[in-house]
Amino acid sequence: MKRNTVSKLTGLLFVLPWIVGFLFFTLYPFMETVKYAFNTVRFLPVGIAMDYVGLDNFVSVLFKDPDFLLQLPVFLMQMACLVPMVLVFSIMLAVLLNAKIKMRRVFRAIFFLPVIIISGSVLENLQINDAVSLSGMRTFFIYVFIQEYLPGFLSRVILYIFDNVVILLWFSGVQILIFLSGLQKVDRAIYDAADVDGASGWQKFWKITIPTLKPFLFLNAMYTIVDIANSSINPIIGFIRQAMFQLLRGFGFAASLTWLYFGLIVVVVLIYYLLLGRGEKETKINRKRRRKKDKVRRGFLRPALISSGSLAKNAKGGTAV
Amino acid sequence: MSGMGKNAVRLLIGSQERRGLLASIVLYLTLAGVSFVFLYPILFIISGSAKDIYDLSNPLVRWVPTKITFDNYVKAYNVLGGFRTLGVSLAVMLSTALAQTAVSALVGYGLAKYQFWGKPIFMGLLMVSFILPPQTTFLSKYVLFNNFKMIGTVYPVLLPSLLGQGLKSAIFILIFYQFFKMAPKSLDEAAFIDGAGHFTTFWRINLALAAPAIVVVFIFSFVWNWNDTYLTGTYFGTSVNTLPLMLERFVEHFRKMYPTTAENQLLRLNEGLRMAGTLLTIIPLVIIYVLVERRLIESIDRAGITGE
Repeated sequence: MKRNTVSKLTGLLFVLPWIVGFLFFTLYPFMETVKYAFNTVRFLPVGIAMDYVGLDNFVSVLFKDPDFLLQLPVFLMQMACLVPMVLVFSIMLAVLLNAKIKMRRVFRAIFFLPVIIISGSVLENLQINDAVSLSGMRTFFIYVFIQEYLPGFLSRVILYIFDNVVILLWFSGVQILIFLSGLQKVDRAIYDAADVDGASGWQKFWKITIPTLKPFLFLNAMYTIVDIANSSINPIIGFIRQAMFQLLRGFGFAASLTWLYFGLIVVVVLIYYLLLGRGEKETKINRKRRRKKDKVRRGFLRPALISSGSLAKNAKGGTAV
Repeated sequence: MSGMGKNAVRLLIGSQERRGLLASIVLYLTLAGVSFVFLYPILFIISGSAKDIYDLSNPLVRWVPTKITFDNYVKAYNVLGGFRTLGVSLAVMLSTALAQTAVSALVGYGLAKYQFWGKPIFMGLLMVSFILPPQTTFLSKYVLFNNFKMIGTVYPVLLPSLLGQGLKSAIFILIFYQFFKMAPKSLDEAAFIDGAGHFTTFWRINLALAAPAIVVVFIFSFVWNWNDTYLTGTYFGTSVNTLPLMLERFVEHFRKMYPTTAENQLLRLNEGLRMAGTLLTIIPLVIIYVLVERRLIESIDRAGITGE
């Protein structure tokens, strides 16, 4: 055999466990769940029996059963408010951590801690004991003011954020780190150059920092959506598991519920893609980073040799051409 | 006099090179405030779990209990099943994390270093399985494992992890893919010239260099599997008891162990007990986090999750 063929087969061999697993534990169950959605599923001692009912399950989820429609607004609220706020907060905290501060490690460790300990049962216990909303805040003047004087829709959104501020922060740990390591790859020389040109902190933030973070925005949005959609703070998740083992609803009902839910998540991801991921222009910083990467890859430059000075020169030469 | 005033103003407001005192104060106050919100629930649990029944019902006692009681911890420890439960959780989750890390490394390596038929399709499917909520396949996996009489054992979690389909496996594979993609090709070629086979190149060269990715994936796999009660709760039933699952059934177990009678009204389940239970469940994770924190966060930076 030629070396090329051997190499191809070896590659396949490395990926083989995943292919086998995908067939058995993803594709097959996936197909089965599609089938369940169109059937009534009954458990028998020897296995399961299915009766074809067409779209009945979907109809009962959407029109007959009140629970899904009751829980939908909570989910939509999470997707429309929680996700953007998580992004905004994680950018702000990443920028704060990126400043020259003492005890950066301690703060970073604190911000990341919830990622380690967050779990369904812990969150549930916290919620029961009213530990996730800063209950003291409700007596503040600003809270009362928003509640009384702002139009209903706006105040509901703002108060939702107030009430869920702990959840909001607890779901930002990974995003903060991703933004932070994005920020740390910005060449200090760019900020120095902006200083020389007399840019204010505000301008530097909008013209340098935000464009640097733009590529990570959609990545983080997607992560946040999937994270929140699959976490136990989501009412629909609990409802699916409940419905599975209920006599009146059953597997068929739960399956069609799952498909509707999946469709919803895909739509949300698409909306965020249209908002954040599309039309990403290649900024100067990006181009510079790409050039640097290409050069490293081709072996022209050894990473250790790249100092900020030589890089700046490279970039200047590059943009002038 | 005016010079001194100028200096004082500069100290307060700052200049282009130095942050002023005012800005520093604002910065640190913000960081401290945010840290407080982050830690609020944990402080709340610590304070609440040390309160006895009188302090809990006393509205004047907010943060510091009048008398610190360890009674809650002892009872919660018993209800949770103590070190036995901890042992079971550690055994199950460490083996799952090990399986998931090993297989993700293999698959990520294969996708990053080799060109073969169908690779773009596999990459696409991998991305789809990232967004796919576990619930979509959960129902029929339950039936599948039920048919093989595996419900109530660790296999429904371990087997998919061994085949790269465990909890959030797609992310782990992508982390390794990204890492191996960045690793210099020249080393592989050198090893090949020296007569190393494909597997030796993987094992002795690439995996040896992949410590950051391994650390990140292993810790995250361990923590996420540990904290997941949705899938494990249904797969394990009541026969494999991990700490978070015991916490979920805390109320039920408590009633069984400490039945309420007319005489011992004070034994009723109170918030202090629940918080003590929550705290005890979190402690193992916090200990691990404190031990690996520095290495973990450095590794996240170096594992190239952010794409460079």
